[in-house]
Amino acid sequence: MSVTHHHIPDSMLAAYAAGNLPHAFSVVVATHVSMCAISRAALGAHQAVGGAVLETQDAVPVSEGLKCDLLARLDDPIDLPAAPAPRDGIYPGPVVEALKGRAPKWKRLGMGVCQDILFADKEGSLRLLYIPPEQAVPDHGHNGLEMTLVLQGSFSDETGQFGVGDVEIADESLEHTPIADPGEPCICLAATDAPLRFRALTPRLLQPLFRI
Amino acid sequence: MSTLDPPPTGPAAFEADTPTSRGRALSVETQWMLAVRDQRDRQAFASLFDHFAPRLKGFVIRSGLPAAQAEEVVQDVMLTLWHKAAQFDPHRAQVSAWIYQIARNRQIDLMRRGNRPVPEELAEDPEAEPDASQILALEQEAQHLKSALRRLKDEQRDVIEKAYLGELSHQQISDQTGLPLGTIKSRIRLGLNRLRHELKDLKP
Repeated sequence: MSVTHHHIPDSMLAAYAAGNLPHAFSVVVATHVSMCAISRAALGAHQAVGGAVLETQDAVPVSEGLKCDLLARLDDPIDLPAAPAPRDGIYPGPVVEALKGRAPKWKRLGMGVCQDILFADKEGSLRLLYIPPEQAVPDHGHNGLEMTLVLQGSFSDETGQFGVGDVEIADESLEHTPIADPGEPCICLAATDAPLRFRALTPRLLQPLFRI
Repeated sequence: MSTLDPPPTGPAAFEADTPTSRGRALSVETQWMLAVRDQRDRQAFASLFDHFAPRLKGFVIRSGLPAAQAEEVVQDVMLTLWHKAAQFDPHRAQVSAWIYQIARNRQIDLMRRGNRPVPEELAEDPEAEPDASQILALEQEAQHLKSALRRLKDEQRDVIEKAYLGELSHQQISDQTGLPLGTIKSRIRLGLNRLRHELKDLKP
């Protein structure tokens, strides 16, 4: 497992364990945990707290017959959630699932930067970003909170360097210009909790690029 | 209390050589779960049901489902536990933590009508011998965690419960600076170090 330096904060891991994180962020958390043993352990700790909360709940008697009914059904086949997908190249299982098994379909945004929108609803959106070496990461208009997880290469900004497995969490207050480091193209998984603004997207995306 | 019940009898691997450390044995819940996993022991499953189903029902009702639907979730979770028992690893998770995550996943899948994203599974070494001291250390941690929860003031415990019942957003959890999360944070951190040690050699 790779050594990552920028992890997911506890509040997000707790919300993820409890299932109260917007879908796009959940994919980023599941992907980061797939890449980082420290965060996997931290998630385990939150699940342990959840288990303690469960065990200290007041018991509510279940209906008579529920147990017998259940015991009689143990041999019946049931629909279980499919096992998590395995990693494919640089893409950890949760990204493979978000891609629904297909390869990324890169759409050009200019200056060699490409994106593939994997998911978007009123709670937020999830995309893959491809940034050539030494190019700026486009400002995809974060009105809310944004999580960016590096899958390949690295980028740097005013707050530090982000390598494979690292997550940068930014809100409106963070003025930063992330730039892909020299070497490999940088591929990131980015989630935001603001709805996508498709019409405004292109000019907004190009704006910071012209500033270089 | 079902914790006073005797552990299931039978040719369970863990009973023939019940791992102890400083005179302590595995909790009955863990022994039941291992009997379900390794022997497909229905009596042990029934014991797990007696212990967890009423708590699970209380937990699910607290997170907002009506009683009838709560029982459906209880059934689903207990059936999932039976069918996915092979994935239970006492070195990495307590039975209660494992059931907690199954229950939350189930509720989210019901609400979203789709599967929630979950991390890749770690590959287990099938040859690996069970390490009793690691399992016991984790159990001890979980015991400390439970007593820490019980010692909290009502309003503090309420915030923790809300967070882990999925009633608070990550922002709301993060705004609870210090108090309740801080109280259990040291416990989380201790458990964390143990888990980190356990996870460092495993690869997905």
